[in-house]
Amino acid sequence: MTKGPRKQIHLGIHFPGVNSTTVWTDPRSGSQIDFASFEHLARRAEAAKLDFFFLAEGLRLREHKGLIHDLDVVGRPDTLPVLAALAAVTERLGLAGTISTTFNEPWELARQFATLDILSGGRAAWNLVTSPDAFTGANFRRGGFLPYAERYERAAELVEVARALWDSWDDDAVVADTEAGVFLRPGAVHPVEHHGRHFDVRGEFTTPRGPQGHPVLFQAGDSPEGRDFAARTADVIFSMHSTFEAGQAFYRDVATRLEAAGRPAGSLKILPATTVVLGDTDAEARERAREIRLQQVPGPTAIAFLEQVWGTDLTAYDPEGPLPDVEPDPQADGITRGRVRHVKDPRPVVAEWRARAAANGWSIRELVIEVTSRGSFVGTAQHVADELDRFVQADASDGFILVPHLTPGGLDDVLDRVVPLLQERGSFRTEYAGPTLRDHLGLARPATTRPRATDPERAAAALVG
Amino acid sequence: MPRPDPTANPPVHLGLDLSDAGAHPAAWRTVGSEARRLFDPERLVELVETAQRGALDFVLLDDAFALQPSRDTTLRGRLDAVLVAARLAPRSRGIGLVATVDTTHTEPFHVSKAIQTVDHASGGRAAWQVGWSTTDEVAAAFGRKPAQSEADAVAEADEAVEIVRRLWDSWEDDAEIRDVATHRFVDRSKLHYVDHDGIHFAVKGPSITPRSPQGQPPVVVRAQSPASLALAARHADVVRIRATSQSDAAARRAEVRAAAAEAGRDPGSLRVLVDALVVLGPDEASAQARLDLLQSLEGTRWETGSFAHVGTARGLAQLVQDWTETGAADGFTLRPASLHTDVAQIVDEVVPRLRAGGLFRSAYPGTTFRDTLNLRRPANRFSAAIA
Repeated sequence: MTKGPRKQIHLGIHFPGVNSTTVWTDPRSGSQIDFASFEHLARRAEAAKLDFFFLAEGLRLREHKGLIHDLDVVGRPDTLPVLAALAAVTERLGLAGTISTTFNEPWELARQFATLDILSGGRAAWNLVTSPDAFTGANFRRGGFLPYAERYERAAELVEVARALWDSWDDDAVVADTEAGVFLRPGAVHPVEHHGRHFDVRGEFTTPRGPQGHPVLFQAGDSPEGRDFAARTADVIFSMHSTFEAGQAFYRDVATRLEAAGRPAGSLKILPATTVVLGDTDAEARERAREIRLQQVPGPTAIAFLEQVWGTDLTAYDPEGPLPDVEPDPQADGITRGRVRHVKDPRPVVAEWRARAAANGWSIRELVIEVTSRGSFVGTAQHVADELDRFVQADASDGFILVPHLTPGGLDDVLDRVVPLLQERGSFRTEYAGPTLRDHLGLARPATTRPRATDPERAAAALVG
Repeated sequence: MPRPDPTANPPVHLGLDLSDAGAHPAAWRTVGSEARRLFDPERLVELVETAQRGALDFVLLDDAFALQPSRDTTLRGRLDAVLVAARLAPRSRGIGLVATVDTTHTEPFHVSKAIQTVDHASGGRAAWQVGWSTTDEVAAAFGRKPAQSEADAVAEADEAVEIVRRLWDSWEDDAEIRDVATHRFVDRSKLHYVDHDGIHFAVKGPSITPRSPQGQPPVVVRAQSPASLALAARHADVVRIRATSQSDAAARRAEVRAAAAEAGRDPGSLRVLVDALVVLGPDEASAQARLDLLQSLEGTRWETGSFAHVGTARGLAQLVQDWTETGAADGFTLRPASLHTDVAQIVDEVVPRLRAGGLFRSAYPGTTFRDTLNLRRPANRFSAAIA
């Protein structure tokens, strides 16, 4: 049916997060902190030839009703040291991590990612996020937070400076000629000078250019600003559009923005996060999926979820009973802190939920299970492989970031049973084609963006945003 | 957590500085330096394997936000020390991993979880050498504030260490309860806000990272000035001093211990280590010849800042014995002039002599760096305060 080689699927694996997707009540649930958990997931992913391992970041523990939220997993390690440690126990797997642009400075971040790229032989990726709130800022010396509109402005300027720093060492800067006594080729380290709205950075960078030139850049924002930012800047979009139709629409939208940004098609990969539940029959898989959803949404979690929308205490209500009869408080802002509140005016949402619950006879818990369900592939290994491939071949995505519900073995069955089927049909690699994450993703190694001017003043001026 | 048996842990502590190609700036130019592998992590993995064969206390990874001073022939370029320590963690056992992190231009919240994470990944072998920056060069790299005086930078470091230590305790050890009956993952009464509101920082807490195997990873401070001596006295578990002679070391160690007592601490809870530059050879003349060669390659005098042992392994073993037995030092931070030459000699020729004299361990006494330093795992200040 299709002509030419099959489009290749890209697969990442997400370390379970601190949210209700991760089931910690299951007896098979292991440590979220012990390095052995990270190593297990990474080694299994590499054995299955996946593109990358992904680790999210936290900068303040979530709070609910003024107290630390204790129903989900709480606590996680620092992103970059985990990835650096994983570089020691893997050889090819990409190592991607979320780092905020709001509470970090470009000089430090650029050297951390250059270091990770060197320590991993070219496998580093940075999922660049912006942090909006003063709540998180309370842990940092600059405190406060940025107005919404400035978040991407600061992020864009930070990336610009980081790239100037990564490019300030020529690829062949280190000659280490012991006879001649020349360690760095003269003139191969170019001073950087940047003066912008958010950053003033000047100096000789400390760290050689990494094997990938720049780490692979991920971006996860879904707002129009976020999509444009990704189209201009990112290599991968970590997307939340995991249904087929929404995925195709998002894919087309981003392709248009990418073209408008003057970048070639295929230079920005779209990878939605998704979960997978397998069974020997479709019915068995659906039953397992149902059990997992019940584990993910126990009664207290269902109540806490409604409280985020209602903006008021609902602990008096039975999660197995009908929806609260009180009206939501539209003024209550931030009953849950440390995660984005998407609902602006809760009243239409509540009205719709009441209608759906009444029509279907749902309890609070059943409603929450329904409205928090995201795209998931449920079925036999053959069915799931067919579906994953269908999405990618039809440009609903370029692949997926697989999110397990159990730490650390929650994807073992997917890696063992689904990936080989994708390999059989020629949609997924059976061996890594090269050593770097850019090789896995089919992304070009960036040339230095540093101007080749010989006049340092002109070179510096050209770097100013 | 097994408590180390003090009698099984002789009171000599030896660390090894693995920065660059060695402490001498010309080390990279000598035969066998593998200068092209300078940024290859496997080079460091091999050096750490050698060091732990000798059951040395720790390896030290220096770092700074500026390049090494400019001279065309000089080795230049740095990797982030915490990430290097993390990269070494799964590939090492027993040995402490000391990473230097600046406090002048970083966030204590980030520093605390980074060191904690190396502690988790290494099974309790992380340590933090506190850095600070006073140069215009580093200030310009961040562009947020002008360069600070040493006194101001150290005062800021002092505040940063206090915050980091509080964040390290902000989770009690048994905070994670996984109580299925009540669906509570943590007992939030065992998570603590640090609520620091100081001169340089305001930090709310708690850490995002649970308390690590050592609880408090050791803090290493270079005491080289009145200000940094005071910082060490207040906060350090390991104090690095410079000394030109045995009597000078004895005086400085006494000074550190007195300052710690003055700050209300038990001086016995500090390990005072003398920086020792090391150039080894089969006899004194060959060691001196090695140094002469390094000096001629670099073309300038080697500013060591501390004592240098240029001589035999036997002589270094004797020196370690003399200085530690007389209380001039609790041990040494050995700074090999050339890593590729001196590290193996330290492990294969100095350590066996110390072991033969009953002065140095033949195996690690426990699993954590605190075990090796013979420092108990501290109680959590927050749970201690409640109890």
